[in-house]
Amino acid sequence: MNGPFEFALRLGDDALIAAQRLAEWTTRAPEMEEDIALANIALDQLGAARLLLTYAGELEGAGRDEDALAYLRDDREFRNCLLVELPNDDFAVTMAKLLFLSAYQLPLYTALAECADERLAAIGSKARKESAYHLDHASLWVKRLGDGTEESHRRMQAAADQVWPYVAELFTPDPGAPVDPATLRAEFDATVTAVLTEATLARPESGWAPAGGRDGLHTEHLSYLLAEMQVLHRAHPGAKW
Amino acid sequence: MVDPEIRVLTIDELGILRSVEEDPATGRVVVTITPTYTGCPAMDVIRADIRRALNVAGHPDAEVRTVHSPAWSTDWISESGRSKLAAAGIAPPQPVRRPGVVPLTLTLRCPRCGSPETEQLSRFGSTACKALWRCRSCSEPFDHLKAL
Repeated sequence: MNGPFEFALRLGDDALIAAQRLAEWTTRAPEMEEDIALANIALDQLGAARLLLTYAGELEGAGRDEDALAYLRDDREFRNCLLVELPNDDFAVTMAKLLFLSAYQLPLYTALAECADERLAAIGSKARKESAYHLDHASLWVKRLGDGTEESHRRMQAAADQVWPYVAELFTPDPGAPVDPATLRAEFDATVTAVLTEATLARPESGWAPAGGRDGLHTEHLSYLLAEMQVLHRAHPGAKW
Repeated sequence: MVDPEIRVLTIDELGILRSVEEDPATGRVVVTITPTYTGCPAMDVIRADIRRALNVAGHPDAEVRTVHSPAWSTDWISESGRSKLAAAGIAPPQPVRRPGVVPLTLTLRCPRCGSPETEQLSRFGSTACKALWRCRSCSEPFDHLKAL
């Protein structure tokens, strides 16, 4: 995990895979407003992904643009965290994933906005405003479900427990990076603990902590996601509308 | 030039047109714009519209640049832009209080009947920059350009 290219690639892949997963809810969300909300959040993630991958391609200097990086890499070459590739599952699982992701991305982009790299700083200052809305949206749902009926509480708690192990990977130290993810943990914990407490949910215990996404070692779910995302571009290289 | 998604105000009033400069030596026009949201799908149309307008005005080699910093803010929407939004039934954004923090919306007046008895239906609306609200007095739903 070295160099500005790897750093931009990691952030870009997180956003790209999160966008693709969230977009799967389109036409399937529990209510129309939520359908539109999840599609909008996916679009924000895609917007950040495009900027980050374009920049990563320039840093690499091998002539790869955003499309080459998104559509022509295999699973082992992706550097996203495992959290974003996990299936959407129950709606509560999607909201637990979105809460943890946005509670990580908001301080990350905020810190990035102050970093020495001008391009990354510009992307951070733009994306943090959007992340604030994502965090707000996920927080509302987690509170509504956690502090709702007996059944919604049970499922929200189960979802938080199910996804929690994947949080540790987000904060793997990388002291040489423009923003060291380890420095974001305290703010993440404060945000998430406050939301879970208000939602009458217990904060899951940390234990098993799967990782490997940053090294290209993914769960089996990523390959299926990539197959669907990349099929058109691979079947018809350079296709245009 | 009007915004392709909100066709009542110009890109200048919306604050996404950052500058228009002409190179004194070559006469080449450079237009700089910034997106409202990173994933705004209207950007390609806006770029094409600008090129078309400049082409018609006699600048076929005009360049359109996109910048992301400083990031667009709803505070950049002009007074005339706000009036036009309200007239079109879209509640204009309130001032942004602090960067990076979602401002607390106390009340929003219905752009149709003026009633403060309104409620938010969804934080995300028909485009990335809007939220969906409803007026409890006249029962009409309306868009709100959310503060960013």
